[in-house]
Formats: sequence, C-alpha cells, structure tokens
Amino acid sequence: MKRSGTRKIANVVALTLSVGATAVGLFFLGAILWTLLKNGLAGMSLQLFTQMTPPPGSAGGLLNAIFGSAAMTIMGIAVGAPLGVLAGTYLAEYGGNSRLAALIRFVNDVLLSAPSIIIGLFVYQIVVVPMGHFSAIAGAAALAIIAIPVTVRTTEDMLRLVPQGMKDASTALGAYPWRTTLSVIYPAARSGILTGLLLAIARVSGETAPLLFTALNSQFWSKDLNAPMANLPVDIYLFAQSPYPEWQQLAWSGALLITLTILALSIFARIVVSALQPTRRT
Amino acid sequence: MDQATVFGIESRHAARQRFGERVFKGATLTAAVLVLVLLGGVTVALLTGAWPAFAHFKLQFLTRQIWNPVTEKFGALAPIYGTVVTSLIAMAVAIPLSFGISIFLTELCPAWLKRPVGTAVELLAAVPSIIFGIWGLFVFAPVLQRHVQPWLIAHLGTLPGIGALFQGPPYGIGVLSAALVLAIMVLPFIASVMRDVFETVPDVLRESAYGLGATTWEVIWQVVLPYSRTGVVGGIMLGLGRALGETMAVTFVIGNAHRISSSVLAPGTTISATIANEFTEATGDLYNSSLIALGVLLFVITFIVISAARLMLRRLDRKALGSV
Repeated sequence: MKRSGTRKIANVVALTLSVGATAVGLFFLGAILWTLLKNGLAGMSLQLFTQMTPPPGSAGGLLNAIFGSAAMTIMGIAVGAPLGVLAGTYLAEYGGNSRLAALIRFVNDVLLSAPSIIIGLFVYQIVVVPMGHFSAIAGAAALAIIAIPVTVRTTEDMLRLVPQGMKDASTALGAYPWRTTLSVIYPAARSGILTGLLLAIARVSGETAPLLFTALNSQFWSKDLNAPMANLPVDIYLFAQSPYPEWQQLAWSGALLITLTILALSIFARIVVSALQPTRRT
Repeated sequence: MDQATVFGIESRHAARQRFGERVFKGATLTAAVLVLVLLGGVTVALLTGAWPAFAHFKLQFLTRQIWNPVTEKFGALAPIYGTVVTSLIAMAVAIPLSFGISIFLTELCPAWLKRPVGTAVELLAAVPSIIFGIWGLFVFAPVLQRHVQPWLIAHLGTLPGIGALFQGPPYGIGVLSAALVLAIMVLPFIASVMRDVFETVPDVLRESAYGLGATTWEVIWQVVLPYSRTGVVGGIMLGLGRALGETMAVTFVIGNAHRISSSVLAPGTTISATIANEFTEATGDLYNSSLIALGVLLFVITFIVISAARLMLRRLDRKALGSV
C-alpha cells in the first residue's frame, strides 16, 4: 500500500479535476447562451415576426421561416407521434420479451442515435426524387421519421411505469388488453406520453441537416406543401454564412428563437415528468 | 330475461371485444414493425442511390483522395480521414471531461446541487447542432485563432514528431476547431450515460471500500469504474456515434477543403459536412451518387459503433438512459 500522504494528494488532485471538468462543461453552456442572448436580442423586434426574409442587404424579418418551421414540425409530429405511441404500446404491452420486440427495441435505439443527415438522404431518395422537386411535404416526412424513435422510446418507458396492479384489476373486471390500454394505461401514463411528445418536438424543431435536401428553403411566403418552404434552421445556416450584416443579424435572432423554444420545451418536459414521479430522479 | 338472451348479449359483447383486440393489437404491431421497415428502407434507398458511384469507382472510391466535380472523379479518402480524425480528437477531449462531470454528479455533488447541475448538462445536450455551428464560427474559432493556435504553433509546432500536427497559419477554422466543437457537443451525452451507469453501482460496494479506508478517488477508480466498465465504454461509443455523424456544427467550422493535411490546424472536411455542403448543388448523376455513397459509408460506420454501444448498454436499466 502506498503511503497515506500520496494517496490523499492523489485524491485531492483527482477530485479537483472532476470539479474543474464540471465547471468547464457549465462554462460552455453559459458561453453559448450568453452569445445567443447578446447577439439575438439585438435583432428582436416586431419586424422579426411580421416581415418576410429579405433579399441580401436589406432589412426584414423571419415570418415565413417561423411559419414554415412551425408547419413542418406540426405535420411531422402529427404523423410521427401517433405511430411512435402505437409502436411503443406494442413494445410495452404486447411485445414482452419476445425476439421480435427485442429486435424492434434494438433497431429503434439505433435509429434514435443515427445521424439525421442520413434520414435527409433517405427522404430525398424516396420523396424528392420521385416528385422531382423539393417540398414542404418531404421536409415534414423527414421530421416525422426523426420523431418516431423518440416517441417509441419514451412511450414504452412511460407505459412500463404504470403499476401492474392497475392492469391486473382491469383484466380481473373482464377487460381485454386493448380496453385496459385505452381506458386504464393511457390515462394513467398521460403526462408521460406528453413528455415524449414534448421531447420529440424539441428534437425535431432544431433539425437542420435533414431539411437541407428535403424542404430546402424559400424566400417568400408559401403555404404550398408541394413547394420548397422556408424554415428557421436552414435560414440560420444560409444567413450565418453570408457576408451581409442584416442576414447575419437575422441568423442570430433565429438561433435565439429556436434555442429558447427548445430549452423551454425540455424544461417543461422535465417538470411534467417530475410531477408524474415525485420520488424519482429525472 | 332467459338464459339464451343473456348468452346472446354476452357473446356479442365478447365478439366486439375480440374484434377490438384484433384491430388494436394489429395497429400497434404494424407501427412497431414500421420501425424495422424504416431501417430496411433507409438501407435499400441509400444503396440504390449509391450504386452508380460504387459500380463506377469500385474500391478506388475508398482509397482515392481526389474529389473533382468537373472531371467527375470522386474518392472518399479525405472525408473519411476528416471524420475519423475530428471524432478521435473530440473523444480524447470529451472522455476525461465527461468522466469528471459524471463522478462530480454521482460521488461529490451535494444533494441540493445535483438536480440543477444535472439539468444544465442535459440542456447542453438539447441545444441543436446548428447553434453550436454558428457559435463555433463566430465566437469559438476567432478565440482559437487569436489565442490558442498561435501558442500551439510557437510551442508545439517546433517539436520533432508531433510538431507536424501544428504547422501552418492559424486559420481559426479547421480540423482542430471542428474537433473541439464536437467535443463540447458530445460531452453532455457521454456524461449523462456515465452518470446513469455509475448510479447503478450498489452503494454497499462503495461503503465496503470506504470502510476499508479507501479515499473517494480510490473508490471511484478501483470499485465504481471496474464494476461499470461495460456501461462506461457503451456511453463512450454512443458519444463516438454522435461525433461521427454530426453535421451542422462541423460544416460551419471545418473549412470544407477536400484534402488531407498532416496539420490539425488546416481546413479539412468530413463525410457529413461534404454531403451538407454539396448535395443541393450536385449536378450530374455521378456526383449525386457519390455523395449518397458517402452517406452509405457514414451509415455503415455509425451503425457499427451505435450497435456496439447499445449492446454494451443493454444490461443497464432502460429507464435510466432517458432519451439519450
């Protein structure tokens, strides 16, 4: 055994480094938020929400991009979330430990961490190429595919938290599993499923890479789902790399909007979860 | 009501229930199988799109550095190199930091601070990658250019051997900058998996070690870490999977140059950055197909890494992992 002095020094050094590492992590979160607030707030005005994205070198807003992002996110979630909830229900209530369920769980986990740019290429191949042009529908499809694994995962986890006793009680009353699921399990897991939905929206609304080659971008107000549609992430990408100060300012404002939305959704999701399970660490 | 009627009602009710069961179970099963179909669909669609490039360049696609849209000669070596190098540097930086954060959260942190710090780390994970990109381009890269890179060139650049890594002018953007932004991005992912893994270590093991007179560090290094080794490696692999596939943050700061430089200060490119930059502008079928072929390579690499990660993390309580 080493001398106790050396051991104590090693201990203090290691623990100090650990606190230092935490400080570094928190510093970067702070630095990013600070930059966003500083640069983003400068461009916050009513104009941002009432005007279209401008041509280079003139002032404007982000109205069409905000609308496009909201529209594609809503469409993506409207398609992806119900599918995800159903699949999660299968894994929690019917799949059990079967090999099929294990395989689906594994594949879902892989899709959850798969690079989103791959999903963009996939949707390009199966939607954009056959249609012959970029469109809001393709963008929404890409977002739906990204939303599915998130909802599958959270739904299964949340349904598993419903006490077995409640399911047994329902079965004892003569209910078939589908009745039990719809009338007992879903209501009991309501806030958990809502959390999954919020996390899916948070995940989807910042996605940029898959929109680059699906929805592309548009400088104009467009409600046509069959045409390219403006959206915040791609506008941030394009405007930030441009040499025009007006565009760069819009990029910062858009970045602040997106980040605040996503952080608010994530925090709200956490609050919902902790209300659901007061004793559990979230 | 005679018995027959009662039975009639009974069986009609039961029939309805059975029908409902079939429909509902069928719907959930279909949705679940759709997850498998998605993965299959991605594989088939990408391979189909990449086929012309693979058929045309054969193995040379993997071994050549040339990337020339004009002469339609494409090789993936530079993007592959960039992807691997940025991810490795990112992991070298992120692993020790994540380890530090996770032991702070599980072994040192006072209870009242645990929740806020844990949440902050998870919020860092929620920040979209485009934000890291724009921050990296306008804030982080200039700081590196002014303060860090000149020092590296002056001090490490003159050393024999590793000096070759730190040659050339301080551009700000380049392989090293992209790797460091990646490190900050994957840090919270690895840290939260490690934290969850460490929390599965039974307290009685820690207490026994403390009872024998071990210091906190000895408990971590000799008890907690060996016990949770598989999960820790799984968390690292998960972070690596993310680093390999990360697109927007890298695209902003790597400089997008199709060449392999020995210096990490020089601009380079990665698979995902090349696709993001060039895909919408790719004219010509072979160009387009080559970019999809890059996507196939990325898909194969990340699939292997993520699968390994998930297999290692399988034993971990699924709930503990959250939606990482």
